[in-house]
Amino acid sequence: MQWHKNRDARDQRIEAGRKLSAGKIVDAQDATRLLEAVICKGDRVCLEGDNQKQADLLSSALLAVNTEFISDLHMVQSGVVLPEHLDLFERGVATKLDYAYSGPQSARIAQMLFGGKIQLGAVHTYLELFARYFIDLTPNVALIAAVSADREGNLYTGPNTEDTPTVVEATAFKDGVVIAQVNEIVANVPRVDIPGDRVHFVVKADKPFFVEPLFTRDPAAITETQILTAMLAIKGIYAPYGVKRLNHGIGFNTAAIELLLPTFGEALGLKGRIASHFALNPHPALIPAIESGWVEQIHSFGSEVGMDDYIRARSDVYFTGPDGSLRSNRAFSQVAGLYACDMFIGSTLQIDLAGNSSTVTTTRIAGFGGAPNMGSDARGRRHPSEPWLQAGKEADPAGLPALRRGRKLVVQIGETFGEKNVPLFVEKLDAIALAEKLNLDLAPVMIYGDDVTHIVTEEGIANLLLCRDPDEREQAIRGVAGYTDVGRGRDKSMVNQLRDRGVIQRPEDLGIDPLQADRNLLAARSIKDIVRWSGGLYAPPSKFRNW
Amino acid sequence: MQDLTFTHEVAERATGNTKLAITGVVASGNLEVLVERALPEKQCVVKIRTTVRGFDPVWKAVVDGFVERFPTGGLRFSINDGGARPDTVSLRLSQALRLMEKTEQ
Amino acid sequence: MSVSTNTAPQATGARQVSWYEASARTRVSQLLDESSFKEFLGPQEREMSPNLKSFDLPEQFDDGMIVGRGLIKRMPVFVAAQEGRFMGGAFGEVHGAKLTGLLRASRDIGSIPVLILFDTGGVRLQEANAGELAIAEIMRAVIEARIAGVSVIGLIGGRAGCYGGGGLIAGCCSALAVSEQGRISVSGPEVIETNRGVEEFDSKDRALVWRTMGGKHRRLIGGTDAFVDDTIEDFRETALSLLADTRPFTLQTLHEEQARLEWRIQQFGTSADAIDIWRSMGVDDAAAIPEMTYAQFTAAAQKIRRPNHAAR
Repeated sequence: MQWHKNRDARDQRIEAGRKLSAGKIVDAQDATRLLEAVICKGDRVCLEGDNQKQADLLSSALLAVNTEFISDLHMVQSGVVLPEHLDLFERGVATKLDYAYSGPQSARIAQMLFGGKIQLGAVHTYLELFARYFIDLTPNVALIAAVSADREGNLYTGPNTEDTPTVVEATAFKDGVVIAQVNEIVANVPRVDIPGDRVHFVVKADKPFFVEPLFTRDPAAITETQILTAMLAIKGIYAPYGVKRLNHGIGFNTAAIELLLPTFGEALGLKGRIASHFALNPHPALIPAIESGWVEQIHSFGSEVGMDDYIRARSDVYFTGPDGSLRSNRAFSQVAGLYACDMFIGSTLQIDLAGNSSTVTTTRIAGFGGAPNMGSDARGRRHPSEPWLQAGKEADPAGLPALRRGRKLVVQIGETFGEKNVPLFVEKLDAIALAEKLNLDLAPVMIYGDDVTHIVTEEGIANLLLCRDPDEREQAIRGVAGYTDVGRGRDKSMVNQLRDRGVIQRPEDLGIDPLQADRNLLAARSIKDIVRWSGGLYAPPSKFRNW
Repeated sequence: MQDLTFTHEVAERATGNTKLAITGVVASGNLEVLVERALPEKQCVVKIRTTVRGFDPVWKAVVDGFVERFPTGGLRFSINDGGARPDTVSLRLSQALRLMEKTEQ
Repeated sequence: MSVSTNTAPQATGARQVSWYEASARTRVSQLLDESSFKEFLGPQEREMSPNLKSFDLPEQFDDGMIVGRGLIKRMPVFVAAQEGRFMGGAFGEVHGAKLTGLLRASRDIGSIPVLILFDTGGVRLQEANAGELAIAEIMRAVIEARIAGVSVIGLIGGRAGCYGGGGLIAGCCSALAVSEQGRISVSGPEVIETNRGVEEFDSKDRALVWRTMGGKHRRLIGGTDAFVDDTIEDFRETALSLLADTRPFTLQTLHEEQARLEWRIQQFGTSADAIDIWRSMGVDDAAAIPEMTYAQFTAAAQKIRRPNHAAR
C-alpha cells in the first residue's frame, strides 16, 4: 500500500516545472510552458480572482496552453470575472466549473450554461466554496496573484490579500502546486503574507494585476429616493435596535446611509450608538463618517482602489500589517460578517411575496459572492447582543427568554422600481424560471425569505419579524411595494391594520417628511468631496474624477 | 411619445396662492412638473407626456394616490417625462405642490 | 410672471450650494438678488423645440434655456442659463433663439450687461442645421453687443462643460469665469478620440480630460479671466468683479489677441501633455496641480506670469 502517491506526483510536477525556472522564478514569456509542464489533464485548478483582484497574467497563460496535453480542467474559483475565464471553456481547456461570483460576465456565463458549454457544479457563496476547498474541491494547482515576491517565494499580497491565504492553505498542504504571478521581485518583501515554502513558482508579470474598483459609489449618482430609504433605515432600524456591528452591501442606498451618518445621524444624536464596527471593504463613502469619529473598527474582505494611503493613515480603524498597509482576508471577514455582526443591509434585484430575493434574471447569473453569508442568521451563534436579542424577541414574543434564539437583522433596501422601471417586487422570481431551464435542483436564491427581517423602500419599512403568518408577511411586503403590480395588488384594509400594529411604518410614522430627502443632506455629494474629507489621502481612480 | 390626461374632481382647494411653479428636469429617469393655478377650485388636472409607453395603469395609480393624499383643487400639473420611475414622479409632484403652497404677497 | 422653483437647500441652511450640482434655475435664482429674476418666455409659455417630436424625444417647457433679467447687487443684468441635464444643454432652434434675442435686446439697450451661464455639449444633433445657425447668430449677437458697449460674461462650471459651439461663443465673450469642474473646448474628448484614435486622446481617462480642458488648465494658459470655487456664491462675487472691469472692444484688441495666440502655439505647440505646459510656464510642482485645493491652486496660479486675454 502506498500512502504518498499524491506527494510523489506533486514532486514530479514541480520537477517538470523546474526546467523552466531559475530557482523559483519563471519569465513571463515562459508562463504557458510552465503551466503545460505542471498541470495535468482533468486537474482541479483554482485561478485566483474574485470581485476585486485577478491573476490576469496567469489566466491568459492558461488560455494559451496546448489543448492536446491539457484539457477538461475543473475550475474551482471564486470569481468568473475576466473574459479569459470563460474563453477557457470555449477553447476546451476547461469543462467543469464551481464558482461563487460572476459580476461582469453574468450574461455570457448564462449563455454558455444554456449552450451546454460549461458543466456547472454549483454556484456557491465565497465561504462555502472556500469550505469545499478543504473537503471535496481541493485544487491540484493554484494560480494566484501577489504584489511582490522575494527569491525564496515569500509573497507580499498587500492590501488586496483577499482569498490568497485560503487558496494557498488548501492547495499547498494537500499536495498541490502553487504558482504566483507578482508585480515585482524584490530583495525583501514588506511583510510576509504567504510563507515561501508554500509557493513553488513565481512569475514576474510585466504589469500589475488587475483590480476592479467595485466598492466605489459616486455620491453624485445618489438619488433623493435613495436618500429617503437611507433616512428610513437609520431612524427606523439602526436607531431602535442600536445596531453597532454590521455589514453593508455595495449599492447606492447603503452608500447613502454611510453619507448620512455625519449629518442626519448626527442630528438624531446617534453617534456612538450605531454603526461603529464593520465587516466591510474600505468603502470611500464611509470616509466622512470615519473622519467624524463614528467608526471604531473595520475588518475588510479586500481593499479598494485608491484607498491605500488613507487606510495606512487610519490604522486605528483598519487592520494593517507591520509595514502599515491593509491586510484584508476574505475568509475571515466573511466569518466575521456571519457570526459577529448583528445586521446585514443590502440591495437586491427581485423580492417575491415570501421575501425571497435574487439578483439572477433569466439572462444573467451574477452568482452569490458573500451576500448569502452576510444576509443569513448564523444558527451556530451563541453570544448575545442587544439587537440580536431584540430581534429574537420580536419574532417569538411568547418564547422562554433563556431559550430563545436571537435573530440577525437582515435588511433588504431598495426603491420599488429599479433601473429602466423594472419592479423590485415580483410574484415569481426569475431565478425559478432559470432553475427550470437549466434543470437545477436549487433556484439561485440570494437571501431566503425566512432570513429577511426587514424590507425598506421609499414607501416605508416592513418588519417581517412581527408577521405571524404567511398572509401577514405577504401583505407587509405588498404594503411597501408601492406602485408595482405587487404593491397595487395589496389588501388595503389588512395593510392598514399592519400599519396600526407597527409592522409597516410609513415615512410620516417615523417623523420623516419625504421632501426632506435632499442631496444637501449627504456629507459628500461628489467624489471630490470625499477626497476633501480624507485630507487628500484618498486617490480615486481616473474614471471617477471630474478634475 | 404618449400623452395621458387625468382629470379629478377633488374636495379641497390647494393651499397657498402661488400661481406658477416648476421643478425637475427632463433627463433620463427624471421629469419636469409645471404647475399652474388655472382651474376651478374643485378640479385638478394632470397632463403627462412620456417617452415610455404602456405604463398607463401605473401613472393612474400614482396620480390617484397623489390627489387622494393632498389638496390639489385648482391646479393643473403638466409633466414632461424622460422615463422617471414612479417614486420619482410622486416625489416631483409633492415638490411641485409644496412650491404652490407658498403664500406670495 | 415669476416661476416658483425649489432652490435653497432647506435641510442644511447656510451650507454653500455647489454650482456643478445645481440646476440652471437654482443657479440663476441664487446668482441674482433674491426674487429679482423675471423670466422671458418662461416655461408656462411652452415655447418648445419644434423638431424633437419627429425623433420621438421628450421636450422641455423652456427648451433647456432660461433667459430673463434681474439684479446682481442691485445692478440690472440680463441672464441666460443652459440646463446641462436636458439634452446635454445642447443648442437647438428655440434654445438658441432665446439667447440671440436676449443679446440683441442688450445691444439695443446698450447699458445692461449679459451673464451667460454655459452648460452645453454643443449643437443638438437632432436639429443640427438650426443649431449651427443659432451658434453663428449668437456669436454675431455677442460681438454686436460688445461693440455697443455691453459686457458679456460667461460663467462655466456645469456638468456638460462648454463644448462645441458653446466653446466658440465663450471665446467671443468679454470675460469668462470657470471653476475646476468646468471644461472649455470646441471638440469634446469623444470626438477627438473618434477622429484621432485612443492613443491621441483617451476620452475615458478623466484625469487627462480635465487637465487638458478643465478649469485649472484654462486658468493657467489664460483661457479664462477668473478661476472660481465651485459655489454659486463665488460665481456671484466673481461675476460682480468681472462686470466692474471690462475693457473696450476694438480692432486693436483683436490684433493683440491674435498675437497672444500665435505666441502661445509657438511656446507650447510641441508639448504632449498639459503638465509639460505648466512646467514650462514655471509651475513648481506641475504634476501636483490637479490635486490642489482651490486655495492651494489660486496661490500657485498667482505666481505664474500669465499673458492677459487681450480680446477681453
